[in-house]
Order: sequence, then C-alpha cells, then structure tokens
Amino acid sequence: MSIFILGLTVILAGGLVSIFLGRRPALASFLAVAGAAVGSIISIFPCFKILLSGIAESMRLEWNVPFGSFFIKIDAISALFLIPIFGLSAIAAVYGMGYLSSYSSRKNLGVHWFFYNLLLIAMALVVVARNGVLFLVSWEIMSLSSFFLVTFEYEQEKTQKAGLIYLIAMHIGTAFLIAFFVLLGNHNGSMDFDKISVLPSSLASILFLLAIVGFGTKAGFMPFHVWLPYAHPAAPSHVSAVMSGVMIKTGIYGLVRTLTLLGTPPEWWCWTLIIIGAVSGVLGVLFALAQHDLKRLLAYHSVENIGIITIGLGVGLLGISKGSPVLVVLGFTGGLFHVINHAVFKGLLFLCAGSILHSCGTGHIDRLGGIIKRMPWTACTFLIGAIAISGLPPLNGFVSEFMIYLGVFKSDTGSGMNELIPSLIVIGSLSLIGGLALACFTKAFGVIFLGLPRSSEAQHAHEAGTCMRFSMVILAACCVILGIFSPLVIRFAENVIPEITSLNTEQIQIELSSASGILNHFVAASLILMGIIGIITVLHKLLFGRRIVREAVTWDCGYARPEPRMQYTATSFAQPLVDLFRFFLRTNKDISRSEDIFPAQSRLNTDTSDICEKYIYQPGFKFLSELLAKLRWLQHGRIQLYILYIALTLLILLIWKLMKA
Amino acid sequence: MIFLKILNTVLALITAPLLLGIINRTKAFFAGRNGQPLLQPYYDIWKLLNKGSVYSIATSRIFRIGPVVGFSVVLIAAAIVPFGGLPVLLDFQGDLILFAYLFGLSRFFTVLMAMDTASSFEGMGASREVTFSALTEPALLIGLAAIAKYTGYVSLAQIFSSINFDAWLNAAPAFILIGFAFLIVFLSENSRIPVDDPNTHLELTMIHEVMILDHSGPDLAIILYSAAMKMWLLGAILTGIVIPVHSDNVFLNVSAALLFMLLLAVLTGIIESSMARLRLLHVPQLLIGAATLSVLALILILR
Repeated sequence: MSIFILGLTVILAGGLVSIFLGRRPALASFLAVAGAAVGSIISIFPCFKILLSGIAESMRLEWNVPFGSFFIKIDAISALFLIPIFGLSAIAAVYGMGYLSSYSSRKNLGVHWFFYNLLLIAMALVVVARNGVLFLVSWEIMSLSSFFLVTFEYEQEKTQKAGLIYLIAMHIGTAFLIAFFVLLGNHNGSMDFDKISVLPSSLASILFLLAIVGFGTKAGFMPFHVWLPYAHPAAPSHVSAVMSGVMIKTGIYGLVRTLTLLGTPPEWWCWTLIIIGAVSGVLGVLFALAQHDLKRLLAYHSVENIGIITIGLGVGLLGISKGSPVLVVLGFTGGLFHVINHAVFKGLLFLCAGSILHSCGTGHIDRLGGIIKRMPWTACTFLIGAIAISGLPPLNGFVSEFMIYLGVFKSDTGSGMNELIPSLIVIGSLSLIGGLALACFTKAFGVIFLGLPRSSEAQHAHEAGTCMRFSMVILAACCVILGIFSPLVIRFAENVIPEITSLNTEQIQIELSSASGILNHFVAASLILMGIIGIITVLHKLLFGRRIVREAVTWDCGYARPEPRMQYTATSFAQPLVDLFRFFLRTNKDISRSEDIFPAQSRLNTDTSDICEKYIYQPGFKFLSELLAKLRWLQHGRIQLYILYIALTLLILLIWKLMKA
Repeated sequence: MIFLKILNTVLALITAPLLLGIINRTKAFFAGRNGQPLLQPYYDIWKLLNKGSVYSIATSRIFRIGPVVGFSVVLIAAAIVPFGGLPVLLDFQGDLILFAYLFGLSRFFTVLMAMDTASSFEGMGASREVTFSALTEPALLIGLAAIAKYTGYVSLAQIFSSINFDAWLNAAPAFILIGFAFLIVFLSENSRIPVDDPNTHLELTMIHEVMILDHSGPDLAIILYSAAMKMWLLGAILTGIVIPVHSDNVFLNVSAALLFMLLLAVLTGIIESSMARLRLLHVPQLLIGAATLSVLALILILR
C-alpha cells in the first residue's frame, strides 16, 4: 500500500511542478510526463502483486468530513482496473509529450499536464475508495479534471459545446450516484463499503437501477452515451485514448463493485444487463459505421465495446443467479478481459487517430487516403488495432469475445425460455456486432490508409515523431501479447471472481483451468497460422524470384484519366448498411442535383446525428425548460427580494427546528 | 489415426477445386454446351501459378500480403473441419467459433486488398461483401449454436459424430431448417447465385469477382484456390449436418460424404442454371431469412 501511495505522490508532484513551469513548456511537459510514467510504474507493481496473490491491502485514515473516512483498499477487482489505468495513462502521456509539442507556443501546457496527472490520480482513487464520500469526491475530481482536458482547445466553438455537454452529462450521472450512496449508506448506517447488511430486495433493485444510470452515464451505455461522440473528438488524442480506454471503465468498475455490495442478483438484473449490452453494442457499431470523422467513429466504437463488456457481465450474473459456474467464469472473465483488451486497442486506435490528425490536420475520413505509404508505422499499428477491435483471431479482441460465446454455447441451465433467450440475444448480437465492426474498420483502414490520397493534406502526410511511434508500437505489441498469452492472462480471474460471487472457489478453478486449456489450443492454432503466413510469404517471394513483375495503373475500364476523386469513399462504402438500418440511423441526406440538361455542380451531404440525442434529450430538455420557465417570475433581479427569500427560508427552518425540538 | 487426420486436410486440399469443375459442368449441361473439362480449375490454377504478375501503382504491401493471409486461413480451417467422420488435426471446444471468425480474418484482408487498388469498382464489391457478410454471420453462428445445443458438444468433430439417424428422427424439423439456412450461407459466402454471379464480368453486378479484378498471376491462383477451399469447408459443415453416416468403415463414411459433396456441387450448378441473381436490394432479405431459419431451429431445439 505504501508503494502505491508513493507512486501517486510522484504523479501528483509531477503535475504540481509543471503547473508552475508554464513559461517553459518543454520542461513542464517532460517533468509531468516523467512523473506520470514513473509514478505509474511504481504504483503498478503492488497491483500485480495483489492481483496474483488475491490478498487485499487496505488503509484507513480519519477524515474531517461528515460521514467520510479516508478508507482505501486494493483488492483483486481494484487491481484489475488499476493495471490498465496506470499502464495506458503512462503510455499515453509519453505520446502526449510528442503530440502537444506543436502547441507549446500557443497553450499553457503546464496546466494541461497538471489536470492530466490529476485525472490519473482521481481514477486510481475512484477504484480504491471504500467510502461513499471519498468515492464521490474522487469521482467529481475525475469528471472535472477530464473536463479541463477535453476543453484544451477552448477557443473553438465545437470544443466549448462538447465540454458543456460533457459537464452536464457527468453531473446528471453523479446525481444518481449521490442518491445511490445516500440510500445505501442510510441503510447500512455507514458510508464505508465494508459494513454491509442484507438489503431488502426492493431497495437492492432501486440501488441497482440507480447504479445503471449513474455508472452507465460514465461508461456510455445506450441511451446515456450522448456525451461520448462529442467529448472524444474534441479532446487531444492522448486524452481521448485515456478517457475512452480507461476512464469510461470506471463506470464498469462501479457497476461490478455495486454487484458485490447488493447480494444475490434476481434474474431480471441479468436480463437488464444483457439487453443494455446488446443494444449498446449493435447500435454503437451502427452509428460508428455512419460517421465521417475518425475520432467520432472511434467514440461510437467505445459504446459498442462497453456493450460487449456488459453482455459478458450480464452472462456472468446470469450464472450467479442460476448457480452455473460455466456461465459465471466464462461470462465474467470474458467481460473483464475485454475491459483490458479494449483499453489496449482503443487506446492504440485513438493514438493512431492522433497521429493522422497531427500529420494531415483533418480527421475527416473522406479527405484522406493512401497514407500507408507516408505513414507506415501508424498504418501498421492501426491495422493491428483494427483487427483486434473487430474481434478477429489471432489477436486479443477475439479471445474475450470467444470466451463470452463459449460461455453461452456451453451453458448448462437446461432448456426452455431461460436457456433460449440468452443464447439468442448474446450470440445474435455478438455475431452481428462482429460483422458490422469488420465493415466499419475495413472502411476506416481502407479509406484512410489505402488507395490514393484524396486531398493535398493526405498527399503531404508525414510519419509521427519518436515519442508517438514508441507509444503506438508498445500498445500494438500488447494486442499481440495479450492474444498469444491469453491462457495465462485469464488466470487473473482466479482472484477476481471470488470477490464478485460467493461461488465455490474450487469450481471456479476447475472452470478456469478448462478455459485455459481451450485457449491453449486456440493459441496453438494462432501460432501455426502466423507460422504459415510467414512461410508462405517467403515462398511467395521465391516464387516471384525470376518472374516478370510489372506495375501499371489500376484497371479503370478504359477511362482516359483515372482520378483519386473517383475512388469509393467511406460514405459510399457504408451506404448499403446505413440504408439497411435506416430505421435506427435516420441519416439526413441533403442532395442537390442539377435539373438542367447540361452538366452542373451537384452535391450530396449525409449527416447521422444521434437518435437518442434527437428523440430523447432534445425534446426532454425542451420540455424541462418550458416547465421551468413558469418559475421565472421568482427571478426578477431585485436584490432586496432575494434577501427576503433568504430571511424567510431561515425563519422557516428555525420554526421547523423548534417545532421538532 | 494421425494418417486419417492428415487425410482429412489433404482430401480438402486435393479435391476442393473439383467442386468448381462439377458446378461448371452442370451449368454447361443445362445450357446445352459441352462445357470445359472437369479438371479445368486445376489447369487454371496451374497456368496462373506459372505466369508473371502486374501490380497497380496505387497498391501497397497489403495487396501483396492479402492472398497469403487468405490462403493461410483456409489451411488452418482445413485442419479444424472434419469431413465424413474423419478425425481432425485441431480439435477443441469452441473450434466452431474460431472457424467462423477465421473467415472473418480472410474477408478483412480481401476487402482491404480491394480498397488498396483505388478503384471504385472494387470499392463497390468490397462494400457489398461487408454488407452481406455482416448479415450471414448471425445465420451461421446461431445455426452452429443450435446444433451445439442439441448435441451438447462445442467442437465440430464431436458435434458431427453425435449427429446420427436417431438425432435426425428426433429433431428432423430443426435439422432441416439448419440445413436450409446453411445452404443459403454456403451460396452467399461462396459468392454463388442468387447472391453473387461468379460468371459475369460486368463489374457493377459482382461482389467477389470484382474485388479481385486487379489480381493477376500467382496471386490470383492463390485466391482462386483459397475460394475453392472455402467452398469445400463450408460444404463439409453442411455435409456433417445432413449426412449422419457413422459406420465403422471409414471408407464408407468418406464415400457417403463425397457423394453428398458431389450432389451439393450439382445442386449449386442447378440453382445457378435455373435462377437469376437477386437484385442487390433483395439479397439482405434472403440473408435475414437464413438467420430467421437458424433462430427457428434454435427455438425448436431449446423449447
């Protein structure tokens, strides 16, 4: 525990020093990044130790806040979430140092790095806090510091809008969490998480729903996800990577922690999670498909992956309520492994997106093209991330989805509706998500990196700097390593699952060993696959040794002058699927074609705005503002009357107090 | 035992292109032509392997590594799928999921290769490929889940060895539904009519053929061969479900399966001769129909 605190102190020190070095941006960045990286490395060691041994460590200090105590504890669940938090934040910080260097003349980087390190500390505290007040305070610091990171380019109007939406969404979510902790604390008689009494089932259900909304807003469940497609594109890329890779996972952490506090789950909780997961997953990837902006596309993919994680948790929970160890182990392990995997590949993809933005100045997919030749490192790492996020073998993304599938395929809860519906929803949605994710990432990679440049920005692209390349290569390597070593990696669940359920530890062990055994076969298959690819590549080279190999233009059906503009664009690539799912997407098509008999300019503009925003939040907030407008007579700007309100309120409170006494 | 395991893979490697030959002969018969020799696909592959190559100046490394990945994937898949009750080299729980996703990997690279040429025709094909495959995936996986739930096993070899005549008698409706669903998956994944027409050389109407328009020489040979293998492997899955022959005589089992594969190829030829390709807008309906059949089968099995 002391090592953990030491690490956090180093991170904080780095941040504090940098805030005073605003005039020397290079030094400020370096010290803050060094603090974040060194601190993370220091703090990550105790996390590994706790995850492997399963022995929790805790610390409790007095804290002069009503109902509060500085009670922190690292158990296996916390450790599991801390590892990606520290790992990804450190890597993204190194990337950010390179990424922000071009801003050093215009922005105060010291302030940015202070909030970055603060966000890192707040995330770590959220995950280890074991007191409701401490949790909420850390949660709020996390939301606020990330708000300042999102609004880095505050002079742009779209960033201001994004920041505002983010701030409001976070606080609506927090309001539900305050209600959650007050109800829980009121029943338990203490805000500490270790004083758990058995909850009546109605209260447990209310708490569960509050947690779904409160934590779901952070995690990005449909329909609480509306802030993601605004905040992620607005933030600098290393911040997007951290927010999407690990910060939204604190929502998942909150949900998992809630499950440990609420006792045996009734069956409908599992359904709720599975359905939320399926809806978030399928709609997330569909909306991603319809986007033109790379970072917005990636933001919707976060919704999709949170959906997959939630499906996994739902399957695990179903196992608890049915007493089926197979479902528990494969569901939770798959879901939680996906938490780590998503942190790695989504972090990687956001960093790659940052390199593209940095080099081409635009994230608009249809304006790019052919940059694989100018940015081979970014292209190669993006390709690895794209294969991983599409859930394709042999990388890590496949393994976690595979485990969830396997859980449902192997489930042994008998026949009838109870067996049918989870199989149908889980398998149906996962397979559809898989197919659509493939469509989305072939679109992203194919249009951005392949073909010919569609604009002069893309023509003059240049490779990212050393810091940025370093971070991307490390994360890409992690995608491969987590896939190849998956039989070992899933052993993390050995100590995590017993924290969530009271299921027999031996049974968990047996199931986990069997899962590991299955993954060994998968790894063998992957290694053979890679071996064969290697061998055939060599043979292929040899085959071409003495052949005539020519280069020519692409077959163009006899056009005199093929143009890069004739290429298929991302919009046209996605069009069949977007049209097929128009019921959900409701893409706005603005076509102006010339009616003349002579050729003239015509244009097509497609725009897919979020249905939840359009049909739930905008009418909802409009209704609310109309309702509240009726109270506007209270606000008239006369200070004397405001003082009267205060005096009256005090008087009423005084009378109430006296009457009670 | 190891001999039989290797035989299972080698059989696929040797006989796969023959399916294309049979289909072509069947189509020739219906068209009243003499048709090409039965072994023409082998000659084609051999001819292409000995040729030089032309690469587009727009392409990158992806274009060159794509065929290699596609071929490696079918090799691994050939080690997973059992044919006619033969044992397989790679057999583990959940191998059917890996099987479905391996083809996803090869599709990923095929689509990227098409995008790499900067041709709008190939982009069109790629776009259609991802659209239709996204809809076939649920049909395939839910169908596999249905047979997995019925037999209680999650590896292809075990599943197929426990589908016997009794199983068919017990759950004939479900098996028939899965059979039809997988037939549609088979036709769609292998780019046959009514989803795609392998014969037209009009770029606007094609899917698979248009994606490989810019490939030539050995690369094209590898792609053709991988496509034939894919047809064989998906056919083997269909065979495993439809032909419940599990006698002690390996020769008899394999012959029965081979006979079914022959019939499947002839059936494909008949379908191609007797109906036109569906309009592209109607293809999703067919594929969603296949998914619905799989769902119904799962409902029948788990009711």
